[in-house]
Amino acid sequence: MAKTKELLFDPVVNDNPIALQVLGICSALAVTSSMSVAFVMSLAVIAVTAFSNLFVSVIRSQIPSSIRIIVQMTIIASLVIVVDQILKAFAYEISKQLSVFVGLIITNCIVMGRAEAFAMKNGPIDSFIDGIGNGLGYSAILMIVGFVRELFGSGTLFGVEVLTKVTEGGWYYTNGMMLLPPSAFFIIGFLIWGIRAWKTAQVEADEFKIAPNSKVKEA
Amino acid sequence: MSSNNESIRKTVTVAMVLCLVCSVIVSASAVILRPEQAVNEKANMQINILQAAGLFDPQQSIQAQFQIVTTRLVNLDTGEFVNGMDVDRYNQRKASKDPSMNRVLSTDEDIASIKRQAKIAKVYLVENGGQIEKIILPIHGYGLWSTLYGFMALEGDGNTVAGLGFYEHAETPGLGGEVDNPNWKKQWTGKQVYKHDRVALRLVKGGADRTDAYGVDALSGATLTSRGVDNLVKFWLSDTGFKPFLDNVRQGQI
Repeated sequence: MAKTKELLFDPVVNDNPIALQVLGICSALAVTSSMSVAFVMSLAVIAVTAFSNLFVSVIRSQIPSSIRIIVQMTIIASLVIVVDQILKAFAYEISKQLSVFVGLIITNCIVMGRAEAFAMKNGPIDSFIDGIGNGLGYSAILMIVGFVRELFGSGTLFGVEVLTKVTEGGWYYTNGMMLLPPSAFFIIGFLIWGIRAWKTAQVEADEFKIAPNSKVKEA
Repeated sequence: MSSNNESIRKTVTVAMVLCLVCSVIVSASAVILRPEQAVNEKANMQINILQAAGLFDPQQSIQAQFQIVTTRLVNLDTGEFVNGMDVDRYNQRKASKDPSMNRVLSTDEDIASIKRQAKIAKVYLVENGGQIEKIILPIHGYGLWSTLYGFMALEGDGNTVAGLGFYEHAETPGLGGEVDNPNWKKQWTGKQVYKHDRVALRLVKGGADRTDAYGVDALSGATLTSRGVDNLVKFWLSDTGFKPFLDNVRQGQI
């Protein structure tokens, strides 16, 4: 049981796919300008990672290693199309806002990374839980970034007004930069800084050392 | 992970079986969910049409509200209704790409940068006792990054704007994306279109004079989007667009 818990919650803080592994940044920039969109994207990614891990793990002993990446991609792509179709049928408004980014889950490194690194070596149930865990880790970052961007960019949370905007007779001047993708870079940067200040084990060793200056010699 | 996994026969078999299974799953989901999606798309379009005309009430069901709207097809050249074609089946966007149903615009005409225009357009009419109360026209044209698709609603006189709204675009959020701002859209209501039989409705950079019946504020920080909107409104209300039809409406010939 302890292992299940580890698989599920380790990726949220200790081994976060975005903050530690720095994967899946592209979609984290694109879909976080509002929280409801980020939330649906999170659910989609959790579903895809969990089920792709499950299916890859189920057939892992049959996959010839020469085509294993293609096999994983085929499974992931099929799942993503199914998710996209479901969103179009049952969450039309949000699927319009997510537009191409649902399709781009196929290229999300987290999904492929987990399929290749975990599901190819572990049993179906563990793989499924690992998929959910990594999806949750991705979701946690997405929701935090979405919270900051939507609050300061549009003065709303989940579309509900929190700060009254000047354009609607209030006091809050919206920060337009928050609605543009670069702001997510800053927020993710601060998050990574915060997490690494808290969990110092995540700090990477310097790739090179600066040599102490040698003493200036007299000519 | 046994070594016979690596044989060519095994590789081909795995690839074939996987592709077969995946394609069945994908096509099944697409086919099963298609009706739901079509309902959503239709409802979404109806909301856009009602919103442009300022008639949408989120409290009521869309179908009930849309009953007052009749959809007709109009030949843009003559400005007359086209009968004998299935309105629900007609797709203007597809038609604009079909050489037998479109017209290639010359550079002079094509101020909205759409290159090809369908010969037949959809119009949505709100009628009351045989009188046309509102005319809702589909419009589109190029802004800064994207083609903006929207609806322009006119009052029954074919000259007063009842509303404007875009349902599809990819302009910069916060700048050109402000075409979706309700306060900006509100300005269009009540403006006049034609002066001496020419389109006088336009966007004014730096803000329109309040007494100007033909001017709407341009969007600040979005010169190119504003220019695009200005051009596409001019295009669709001019002779190449719906003017022949609107003339017919005004003269009571429809």
